[in-house]
Amino acid sequence: MSQITAQKASDGAASHLPWYRRLFRVQEFGILLVLIAMILIFSVMTDGRFLTPVNIQNILLNFSWTAIAAFGATMVIITAGIDLSAGSVMALTGLATAMMLSRDHSPFLGPNGEASVPLVIIAIVVGLAIGALCGSINGILITKARLPPFIATLGMMQIARGITYGWAQGWPVQNLPQNFMVLGRHNIPVGTFNLPFPSLLMLLLAVMAWLFLTRTVWGYHIFAVGGNIQAARLSGINTSRVRIMVYTLAGLLAGAGGILLSARLGVAAPTAAQGYELDVIAAVVVGGTSTVGGEGSILGTVIGAAIMGALRTGLNLVGVQAYWLPAAQGAIIIGAITLDQWFRRRQGQRGGLSRLFRRRSA
Amino acid sequence: MQTEPILRVQNVSKAFPGVQALKNVDFEVYPGEVVALVGENGAGKSTLMKILAGAYTRDSGEMILGGQPFEPLNPFHAQQMGISIIYQEFNLSPTQTVAANVFVSREPRRHGFLGRIGFIDRALMEREAQKYLDIVKTQVSPRAIIRTLSVAERQQVEIAKALAVDARVIIMDEPTSALGADETQSLFSVIRDLKAQGRGIVFITHRMEEIFAIADRVIVFRDGERVGEMPIANATTDRIISLMVGREVENIFPKQVVEIGDVVMEVRGLTAYGMVQDVSFDLRRGEILGVAGLVGAGRTETAQLLFGAVQPDSGEIFIDGQQVGIGSPETAMQVGLGLVPEDRANQGLVLMLSVRENITMPTLRRFTTAGWVDRPAVEKHAQEYVDKLNVRTPSLHQRAVFLSGGNQQKIVVAKWLMSNPKVLILDEPTRGIDVGAKAEIHALMSELAKTGMGIIMISSEMPEILGMSDRIMVMHEGRVAAILDRKDVTQEKIMAYATGHAVEGVH
Repeated sequence: MSQITAQKASDGAASHLPWYRRLFRVQEFGILLVLIAMILIFSVMTDGRFLTPVNIQNILLNFSWTAIAAFGATMVIITAGIDLSAGSVMALTGLATAMMLSRDHSPFLGPNGEASVPLVIIAIVVGLAIGALCGSINGILITKARLPPFIATLGMMQIARGITYGWAQGWPVQNLPQNFMVLGRHNIPVGTFNLPFPSLLMLLLAVMAWLFLTRTVWGYHIFAVGGNIQAARLSGINTSRVRIMVYTLAGLLAGAGGILLSARLGVAAPTAAQGYELDVIAAVVVGGTSTVGGEGSILGTVIGAAIMGALRTGLNLVGVQAYWLPAAQGAIIIGAITLDQWFRRRQGQRGGLSRLFRRRSA
Repeated sequence: MQTEPILRVQNVSKAFPGVQALKNVDFEVYPGEVVALVGENGAGKSTLMKILAGAYTRDSGEMILGGQPFEPLNPFHAQQMGISIIYQEFNLSPTQTVAANVFVSREPRRHGFLGRIGFIDRALMEREAQKYLDIVKTQVSPRAIIRTLSVAERQQVEIAKALAVDARVIIMDEPTSALGADETQSLFSVIRDLKAQGRGIVFITHRMEEIFAIADRVIVFRDGERVGEMPIANATTDRIISLMVGREVENIFPKQVVEIGDVVMEVRGLTAYGMVQDVSFDLRRGEILGVAGLVGAGRTETAQLLFGAVQPDSGEIFIDGQQVGIGSPETAMQVGLGLVPEDRANQGLVLMLSVRENITMPTLRRFTTAGWVDRPAVEKHAQEYVDKLNVRTPSLHQRAVFLSGGNQQKIVVAKWLMSNPKVLILDEPTRGIDVGAKAEIHALMSELAKTGMGIIMISSEMPEILGMSDRIMVMHEGRVAAILDRKDVTQEKIMAYATGHAVEGVH
């Protein structure tokens, strides 16, 4: 009897609260407020132009590849790691796929320079495999050679970028087939709204990544490794395997982002996605994932990436020169995380107080 | 004990470079018994535990578990074979739920396809976890996040985790060191239940009274050897302690009579909402004020408030009759306070720095001219205090992390002595410290009191409180329940105030 009442008191995410009270306890709440505030401000400043369907479509498209790569980075950062190679891996995978499909380079095309659908699929699979390979090398360096993640992925960042430059001989790879570029350019009508295919894919991957992290054994083990790696090992979790898996997934997802990017742009340049690794990390940390490990969410990362994407488009619409963008991004990273920390402390205090009451009544 | 032991260890030896950690040690656990394993730090208890846990491999000897040779390959294997260890630093994942921790690496999966691709049956997992939580009589929810739990609750989760793997032998390494008296009692009641189920419990502790409260048998280790074993009926504190230290201990609490001087510190109405309420007391020169109370009574919080580590909402502090505002540890130092915190490893020391750097951390400025540190002077002073406090370290340059708990504690004390405080606050000064070093810390406290220093000693160990204090302040739920004089205090009286059964003036 007392068991049941006590259980509710210590439950934290108490299910007997009304929905609006429960919303306050969701960990992504603080960061969601930031996004909503930003949307409101930009809407007012642009007399509503910020919220036109075309603009929303633009914003969604804008942050799709960053977000896809950021799902992998979220898992990496939950294990208290970091992946600096995301941008370079995006460029390398985009290039690899393009090399197999470009009329200027590919030996696999048909007699009149057409790429068959199976070839496009194979090219994408090869690109993804290269991404996964880069990631798994990161994971092996970190777990077997015992390199700090920062060092291993810093090296991989340079290596992948160098291979991209060397392979492309410094030139962008162009003349990609239509049936590949459609992946980046096609819109799926949802009612009256045109949802860009990369954004649809991003949303699908978000749901899959969310289920993976919160409902499967693998996800549980990722959190366990990040929360207390020693305890995870002593509990029989193969921590090396978990970490290699996480970096491999990060490489795979960065690869998916890179391929979509080159499909969208119709070109794979060796300079592509330069500096994206920082955008990816920014999306993850703005989304509330802790760099200390053990904590984070895919929903947060989607919101984080959306904040960065909305900022880019919003400033553009307001008429701010693109040169100023990095300064605004930096300010948002610092501001959003400061706000989030403050919000969490308040939530934490509430938890602390209710614990005190519980002790008192016991 | 006519039955066969669940676990039998025979003639086990283990050497590390330069140290013979275990010498032909025997050890056995019978079903349904609690064995207390005692010994000073370095006696070989942890080494034996780590061998049983599969973290170390033995050099020689035999181990038999349930009639079969026992060869643990790694900690996980040992656990699967039925040996669970509950360490002082818990092995829990702080950001996950209780249920996830209880079933870590053995999560029940959903039926069918989803289960095969790794989906967890959370409802089943929580229901199953609840069963084990019920056995350990805790009110913790399987859905609670570990980070939000108290130390006692985390320990209950650890025990539930051990039960979930159906541990035949549960080894508890100083399980009560962070528990209050009531929490200790409920742990004991769980241990009795586990006993009744036929499990074997190994209980490692430094607290004599707990041995008599819970153990059926006592095994004493000293310098890597088993030096004694006795059923609890034949055991006495003196006998156990003399086996542990290899000599008769005359007096564990060498409190010396010190002349009590004027009031050095006066605290009035110290309040921090949700932590402590209206704490007032005086402290005199040469006096040791013991602070007793259950875990959560606000003792550590009081220390942190006095030292400026936490800001009070109201209250006044006077040092030598002068009101002082303590906004930060820095100002606390300036007005003559020192704090030896409860959490030695995280708050008292920078473990990766050397003995010298730790000792001189608060006072480095004194040896500094225009930003330049006078190293010879620093070395000389640090050495002086190392000698004075009898810190056993190979050199001043040894990293603090490599010293034993007792020696680490002496360094924390030394670092404050160098700043010549008027008042020294010690929070659980001898927790996790072996008997020999404990006596040294106690003697040191008496020495300091003699020099006219006022000492505030927070302790959860009743004998220490009774043995060392001139007066005892008992706290209960953030308030001062009573301030008692040494001459008319009893253990029962302190407990009555600490548990809120007595109110000052009524008793």
